[in-house]
This record gives sequence, structure tokens and C-alpha cells, in this order.
Amino acid sequence: MSATTETIEQLIDHGYVAGFVTNIDAETFEPGLDEDVIRRISLIKREPEWMTQLRIQAYQDWLNMVPPDWAHLKIPAIDFQTISYYSAPKKKGDGPKSLDEIDPEILDTYNKLGIPLEEQKALAGIAVDAVFDSVSVATTFREKLSEAGVIFCSMSEALQEHPDLVRKYFASVVPHKDNFFAALNAAVFSDGTFVYIPPNVRCPMELSTYFRINESNTGQFERTLIIADEGSYVSYLEGCTAPQRDENQLHAAVVELVALGDATIKYSTVQNWYPGDEQGRGGIYNFVTKRGDCRGDRAHISWTQVETGSAITWKYPSCILRGNDSVGEFYSVAVTKGLQQADTGTKMIHMGRNTRSTVVSKGISAGKAHNTYRGLVRIARRAEHARNHTQCDSLLIGDRCGAHTYPYIEVKNPSADVEHEATTSKISEDQLFYCQQRGLDEEAAISMIVNGFCKEVLKELPMEFAVEARKLLNVTLEGAVG
Amino acid sequence: MLSIKDLHVSVEGKDILKGLNLEVKPGEVHAIMGPNGSGKSTMAHILAGRDGYELIKGSILYQDQDLFDLSVEERAQRGIFLAMQYPVELPGVNNMTFLKESMNSIRRVNGQDELDAVAFMKLVKEKAALVELPEKLLKRDVNSGFSGGEKKRNEILQMALLEPKLGILDETDSGLDIDALRVVANGVNALRSPQRSMIVVTHYQRLLDYIKPDVVHVLANGRIVRSGGHSLALELEEKGYGWILEEDAA
Ligand SMILES: Nc1ncnc2c1ncn2[C@@H]1O[C@H](COP(=O)(O)OP(=O)(O)O)[C@@H](O)[C@H]1O
Ligand SMILES: [Mg+2]
Repeated sequence: MSATTETIEQLIDHGYVAGFVTNIDAETFEPGLDEDVIRRISLIKREPEWMTQLRIQAYQDWLNMVPPDWAHLKIPAIDFQTISYYSAPKKKGDGPKSLDEIDPEILDTYNKLGIPLEEQKALAGIAVDAVFDSVSVATTFREKLSEAGVIFCSMSEALQEHPDLVRKYFASVVPHKDNFFAALNAAVFSDGTFVYIPPNVRCPMELSTYFRINESNTGQFERTLIIADEGSYVSYLEGCTAPQRDENQLHAAVVELVALGDATIKYSTVQNWYPGDEQGRGGIYNFVTKRGDCRGDRAHISWTQVETGSAITWKYPSCILRGNDSVGEFYSVAVTKGLQQADTGTKMIHMGRNTRSTVVSKGISAGKAHNTYRGLVRIARRAEHARNHTQCDSLLIGDRCGAHTYPYIEVKNPSADVEHEATTSKISEDQLFYCQQRGLDEEAAISMIVNGFCKEVLKELPMEFAVEARKLLNVTLEGAVG
Repeated sequence: MLSIKDLHVSVEGKDILKGLNLEVKPGEVHAIMGPNGSGKSTMAHILAGRDGYELIKGSILYQDQDLFDLSVEERAQRGIFLAMQYPVELPGVNNMTFLKESMNSIRRVNGQDELDAVAFMKLVKEKAALVELPEKLLKRDVNSGFSGGEKKRNEILQMALLEPKLGILDETDSGLDIDALRVVANGVNALRSPQRSMIVVTHYQRLLDYIKPDVVHVLANGRIVRSGGHSLALELEEKGYGWILEEDAA
């Protein structure tokens, strides 16, 4: 191995900044899963009977399902009886959450992560739902949003306050039988975010959820449901971190988006779950089902993700392009290093006429990591003049990592226009030498080249997030954190 | 400024430089000529600190400091600039961003304030005009899809911005038409000052017509085998390298 490769690998070896633990009193279920556990979760949340039944049904079906094994991942067997399915910080009182009722330790946690929950300190123009382990601990700017008719609250509250809306759309995009992890999620989900944008409203702020796993031995199973009614617009951001622990933790979320006619949903994720250490100990197993349904004509759903964390990532944010002239987009940067594994991509299901989809995937691998892009483009028989363009690029740092690309294309309508381009490149010693000869140190050089490689994706992120994402890429790849 | 003594370097077990000596004083411009494969780029890379070369023996002092104690970027930060024979493409990296980062990282370590966007823009436009680099190339990715001539002009633009103490040009004139050649020469001449030295590696005497070096050296058999004035370059143009190699062998 050349001197340059060695230094690159040293640089990649970095500390995980979000790896601290918050000491709080929590109410945590004993590990284990059976019908009784599910009924207890449902009871704590005072859910309507139909939801309890839906959970039980999902659990029954899950018992007969097996984990997916088709991904390019080595997944150790997960013992679902060793996981606790509910953990919530103990509340000082009951009733509505106001900030002064939240444990200061939790507020402090979010401050440390750079997400102050006090509205006066918050980033201008961004409302936050903070989910800590199994529950939502705070949702900011709710009043301001409700003036515009926007509903932004935790899933638990939505079930109390807007049960009809929830019932109408819940599991309508990702039915519980969709896959093993979606079924598990439907059975045990504890909280998440609910968003409803009324017709012709442009949501006045960016909405965001920040997921934090804190307790050990717990899984996080949240559920996000976003409905953009006709002619509305919303941009939503999702961030996540977890403490550094030696054991693996499971995160199995479901995200459902519904865009009605002429509505637009932009969904951005910066995923920074704990990736495990150099020996591959610990880290989050991230098995997430994300799907958007363009349910009306000219609906538009755009997924942007920057995935830098997790020991294992299994995730395929998808679009069902049901409405005529609807548009689906997927922009992704996935970084794997050390022993991380990622199998991620998208599905674009074209059903309506003149539907269009764009996929831009940038995979970066370093160390001994494996990074897989898996994408499906399906053009249904009646989808006249559907178009897809897929661009899938891999960047390798060092010579022990791997990049894999699995495009699946199913075209049932001859008028379709489907393009797939793929490239694999390496950061060359020539490039590094060139940058260094111009006075940049190696970190700055790698950062510049990596940011250049990801440019098309990063420009899709809302501005505040793009800055964060760039910082995260630098930290992830360059050990900038002392 | 620069003092190379008895430099022996090999690449993959093959001896390339075999006892090279070179003294460059502040303000001097030295031309290095020599047959293909004689080790001119090797010497330029060694000065810039590129790895992959094995130092067998010898020393290089740059401003009275042992050059081998410095990393690639430290040398750059202390004023060594290499215009490369084959400039590298950086896809996705905006040329302007790259120039600004480069310039500011050098300014930072030298205790100067970073240039703000406005001051930088003004400077870069001025220098781009000097090297006749179309402004649209500033907005493109570094060297990506640039023609050979555009890449070389971009190198000279960087040199003009960074104002090095020791500028090394490795065949910057190769493959250029006469107009581009004049641009490169102007770039070099504009930077000429009593404090600044240049090493210009070239195959062609015509560049030297414009630059007028203080000394011309012939690098062959891994050493400087002959040094002289501008007339040496004219003689080489006329007679080739054969006679020098023969004299050297004798
Ligand atoms: N990386 C390398 N690996 C093997 N041989 C090399 C390498 N770099 C240069 N050489 C050899 O070293 C000799 C000198 O090359 P170079 O310095 O590029 O010559 P010049 O610039 O004078 O044409 C040539 O024989 C060339 O083939
Ligand atoms: Mg050469």
C-alpha cells in the first residue's frame, strides 16, 4: 500500500461526535415481544381500538414472515426477544408537553447536537419534532404553523386529535404486509411525526424531525406520515444520531408520504446513526421503509438523503407515480467506511401517463466498507411516455472497499424512455498531489474532491442542511474531530 | 534560493537522477532542456515533494532549509509552485472555489488575512485577463474537459495568483501554438522579480526567445551535463543533443 493510501485511511479513522449518553430517568419495557407488549404500548398511548387491532394483525403476520436476504449485506441474526420495544423519558406531569416540563438533560442533549428546542434559539424557519427513544418530547412552532392550517405533531397526538385523517392515510402507502420490517414497525411503532398540509397552502417553515436513540437495548420504531393535500407544498427534514455503544441497536422506521394533485413534498434526510467502531462492534442496524405516493396528477415527490452512519443501512426511498404527469426524484449520497455496509437505492414505479423520474446516486466507500446501489424502475403497461434517468456514481477511497450497482428495469410500455448511467472512480494520487501542491492539506483535498463528487445531490438539500451535510461529510471522511 | 547537491533518485529500482547539482539564486530564471526521459519531470516532482520516488543520496536546500523535512503542502505554502506537465482534472470541483481555497490556505499559514469573495473575484479576473483565460473557464470544474492549451493557461493563472518564490514550469509550452506560448511567457515575465526564481523545463528554444533565461542547462544521463547562456539553447536547437551526450561520455 502506498504512503498516500495509508494516510487516507488514518484520516478516515475518526471519532463519532454524537456518541454521548444522556442520563435520565426512563420508563423502559423489559426486553421481549408478544401480543401483551403490543397491547401495553397501545394502552399507554390511549389509542383507538382500530389501531390496536391493526397492530395485532401486523404482529400476527410478522410472525409468519422472514427477514429479507436479497440485499448485498451480511446481517447477523437478530434476536427480537432481547430488544426493549418501548422506552420513554419519565415525565414530571401528565398533560400537554411544554418546554419547561421537559427534563433539562434532554433539552441539553438537543443543544449539544445543535438542535435547540427553545423557539427563540432555534434555527430561523425550521420547526422541529424531537423524538427521544420511543416518544416525541417536543414539537416547536406549532402555533405559528397552525395559523396556516398546517398540522405538525407527534403521531401519538395525531391519533388523539385527528384520528380520521390518520385512519384515512395510515398504512395506505406502506401496508404492514409490505415487508418484514414494515410489519414489525406497524406492530410496535411507538411514535413519530404527523404532518398535514391543507389544500393550496405552502408550508411557511421547513419541518423537521430529529431522532435520537439514547437507551441501550432498545429499538426505535417510529412512523412518519406526511400528507400534502391538493396544490400544497412542504419541505421536510429528518436527522438522527445515537450514542456510541458496543451492542447493535435496531432502527426500523416507516415513512409514508402522500402527495395529492399538484402537491409537492421534498423529503430530506441526513442520517448519522452511530456506525460502530473499527472492529465492527456496535452501531445501528437501520432497516427503513420509505415510500411516497404521488396520488394525484402533477404531484411531485423528491427524496434527498445523505447517509453517513449506521453499521448496516437497508433503505430504498421510493415513489409510486400514480397520477398523470407526476414526478419522482431520488438524490442520494451514501458514505461507508470501516466495516459499514449499505444497500440503498430507490424504486420508481411509473403508473400514470407522462410520469418522470430522476435518480442520482453517489456512493462513497472507504476502508473495508461495502456500498451497494439497488434501484428498480418499473414502467407499467398504461404509463404512456414515462421517462426515467438514472445516474449512479461510485467513488472508492483506498483499495479494500467495494461498490456494487444493481439496476433493475422493467418496462411494459414501449413508449418509455429509460436511461441508466453508472461510473466508478477513485480519488487518485495525482489528484491529491495536485491539490496539495496548491497548498491544501490532505484533509482539505479529500473534502474538496468528495464534495465535488456529491455536488449534484448536496445542491438539492435546503441550505441550512447542506451546510450540515458538508460538515458531516468532512467529519466522516477526515477525522477532523480531535 | 535553491541548492541541489549530488542528488541521486531512483524510481522502481531504476536510477533516474545520478548526481544532479543545481544552484539557483534569487531573481534568476533557469531553463532546463534535455532529451525525453532524461529525468526533468522527476526533478520537478522531487522539488514539489511527490512520493513514489526513492532518494538514494544528496541534499536539497530551499531558502536554507532542508526541503526533505517539508511535506508537499508545506513546500507549496512556503512558495514552491509547480506548473505540471499533465495538469489533473478535478470533476465537480469548481475552478474558482479551488483557486480561492488554494490561495487562502497559503495565506492562512503565512499569517495573512483570507481574501473575501469580492477581493478574490477582482484579483482572479485581473489575472485571468493577464493569461487570456476566458472567464467562463473559471466557472467550470478544475481542468475538466479543458483543452491542452486551456489547462496550461490555468496553471499559469494559478501561478500568477499564488505569486510563488520558486516557480517550476514543467513543459508548460509543449503542445502550445505561438499565441499560447506568448501567454505563458508573459505570465512568467510578469512575475519576474529580484526575489523570485524560476525553473523552466522546455524542449523548445522558441519559449526562451520570449523568456530570456539567465542560465540554460542540459539535463542528460541523470545530471546537468552542460550549462551556458541563451546561445546554448540556440545551439541545441540546431544540432540536437547527440553531440553533448557524446562529449559527456568521452
Ligand atoms: N512512476 C514511474 N514509474 C516508472 N518509471 C518512471 C516513473 N516516472 C518516471 N519514470 C521513468 O523515469 C525516467 C525519467 O522520466 P521523466 O522524469 O518523466 O523524464 P522527462 O520529464 O525528462 O521526459 C523515464 O525513463 C521514465 O520512464
Ligand atoms: Mg517530463
